[in-house]
Amino acid sequence: MKPQWQILVVDDEEIMCESLAAWLREDGYLVDTASSGREAVELAKKTDYAIYFIDLKMPGGMDGIDTLMEIRRLHPDASIIIITAYATVDTAITAIKEGAQEYIVKPCNPEEISLLVSRIIKMKRLQRENLILRKKLQRRYQFHDIICKSPRMQQVLELAREVASLRSTVLIHGESGTGKEVVARAIHFSGNRAQKPFIAVSCAALAETLLESELFGYEKGAFTGATERKKGKFELADGGTIFLDEIGDIGPKLQADLLRVLQERSFYRVGGTEEVHVDVRVIAATHKDLRALVEEGKFREDLYYRLNVIEIVIPPLRERREDIPLLAAHFVERIAHELGKPLAEISDDAMRVLMDHSWPGNVRELENAIERALVSCRGEVLTAEDFSFLRGNGPVRFQAPDNMTLAEMEKLMIEATLRRTGGNVKEAAASLGIDRSTLYEKLKRYGIER
Amino acid sequence: MEIRTPDAEPLPSRVIPAMAAALEACLPVRVAGLKPLTAPLEALDGGRSQWSAPALLEAVLASLPDGIPKALGVTGVDLYIPMLSFVYGQAQLNGRAGVVSIARLRQQFYGLPANDALLEERARKEAVHEAGHLFGLVHCSAPGCVMRLSVQPGQIDLKGEALCEACAARIREVRR
Repeated sequence: MKPQWQILVVDDEEIMCESLAAWLREDGYLVDTASSGREAVELAKKTDYAIYFIDLKMPGGMDGIDTLMEIRRLHPDASIIIITAYATVDTAITAIKEGAQEYIVKPCNPEEISLLVSRIIKMKRLQRENLILRKKLQRRYQFHDIICKSPRMQQVLELAREVASLRSTVLIHGESGTGKEVVARAIHFSGNRAQKPFIAVSCAALAETLLESELFGYEKGAFTGATERKKGKFELADGGTIFLDEIGDIGPKLQADLLRVLQERSFYRVGGTEEVHVDVRVIAATHKDLRALVEEGKFREDLYYRLNVIEIVIPPLRERREDIPLLAAHFVERIAHELGKPLAEISDDAMRVLMDHSWPGNVRELENAIERALVSCRGEVLTAEDFSFLRGNGPVRFQAPDNMTLAEMEKLMIEATLRRTGGNVKEAAASLGIDRSTLYEKLKRYGIER
Repeated sequence: MEIRTPDAEPLPSRVIPAMAAALEACLPVRVAGLKPLTAPLEALDGGRSQWSAPALLEAVLASLPDGIPKALGVTGVDLYIPMLSFVYGQAQLNGRAGVVSIARLRQQFYGLPANDALLEERARKEAVHEAGHLFGLVHCSAPGCVMRLSVQPGQIDLKGEALCEACAARIREVRR
């Protein structure tokens, strides 16, 4: 059934209108008819039809082209099909120039009409889905959806809100799991670029050469396997925002390229000679101390200042413990719903465990802990026992081996987790309480193969 | 009912009984009987050498006897609606009357040898399809469903003779 799609058939010949309307109704569409251009415009004022079939030649001072133009004025995205018994190249050109989507000559093959209508409806459905998804995304990443009450986080959000509609580059500092990308998305979706793309790139996830073609795209033949031109993330984000996560991990060559983009708002695709101009707002994030990297000569000072126009520092969760109860309650509600479990409460002793924990993985670790506790929880109250894994007195006790550095231990831990998840980095990162980009960085640092 | 026109050969004797049996098998109907109807000449478009489906549909509706809730006219002539080059049939959605043409269901129409079994199979499917519209069913996207839109004989041959589960459920809903 496709009852939601409405079609208007406009023709001064009643038999023409009614027979096409009847045929379309058999296909499940809601069809109205109009016997003149004026009547069609009146109907279009009340209803936004998915498709308009308009006869080219109609008496009464308003022919098909006039009707088309008037309907286009009311509904710029309307799909209009001009129908005529006497096709000429001139009328076809005029109709298409004035915005007709198709121009068909009657009588036409039923298959042609059927395919045409289903193609337009398919496109409309995709446009509608796209609109709904955009609205959902916008709602999901608004500032009021960032759960916090601590004065430090309130200040962070206040600053982020103030800079949302500016074009200035933003640098977000924060430990892994503090929600750097969430804040970046809130900035994007609260500003005047909200209708344009938000493209997130993890700079730690890819080798430098791959990252370069990922960011700037490449021309056909630029390297083996480049069988066609591909747009990079900067081009895809044109008009919108690019979020460069783990910016402290990029090498000297990319630092220079990035500096050029920030200064000139233009770049060259890999293997290309044509300059590509873009209007992109850059939001960068890092968990590293970029100032220290500059002093060590590992990060370009000019790039640092270009990025650090507006600096936002997200405090770790252990420094804003007053947010833990709010966040925990929010995660319980959301995750219980996702798991199809009854809504659980957090007991006072369980909350004490959460408040006492140091949360090295920050908000993401808290979210994972709530999910793990909810999965194993048998009743409707989360108890301290459900969070025993946080206190290290869970069922598996950890035995620290002798003569091992912390880095070696971390490497072993990552390798074991990856084995358990079958090489799935997303799952491994969630299990370790770190984000994917941090895990990629560690994989690179320790030379771990997936 | 059989619609007779001056220019058409009589329908093959087994076509209408085959359609009636298919209608009774697939839909909540009892076929009351066959009534011949002479098509009004104004339904013929001499220029197109085709008969107007809406005009024949009106004729079926006008001749519907008392006590008969729905009727399906069957004809051997080629049908059209002004917008389209041809139609296999047409029916009022949720209405009382429909028409089916077997002209393009015959293999001879495409220059191929006659195949009575295939003609009967296509006629059964198109009869149930148009009658399904009379019960409020619209075109269905399920590949095997008889309510799937067909605009070529090959598409009629590909679909099944019965309603899919969803369309059958809708019919049960209508009856309630």
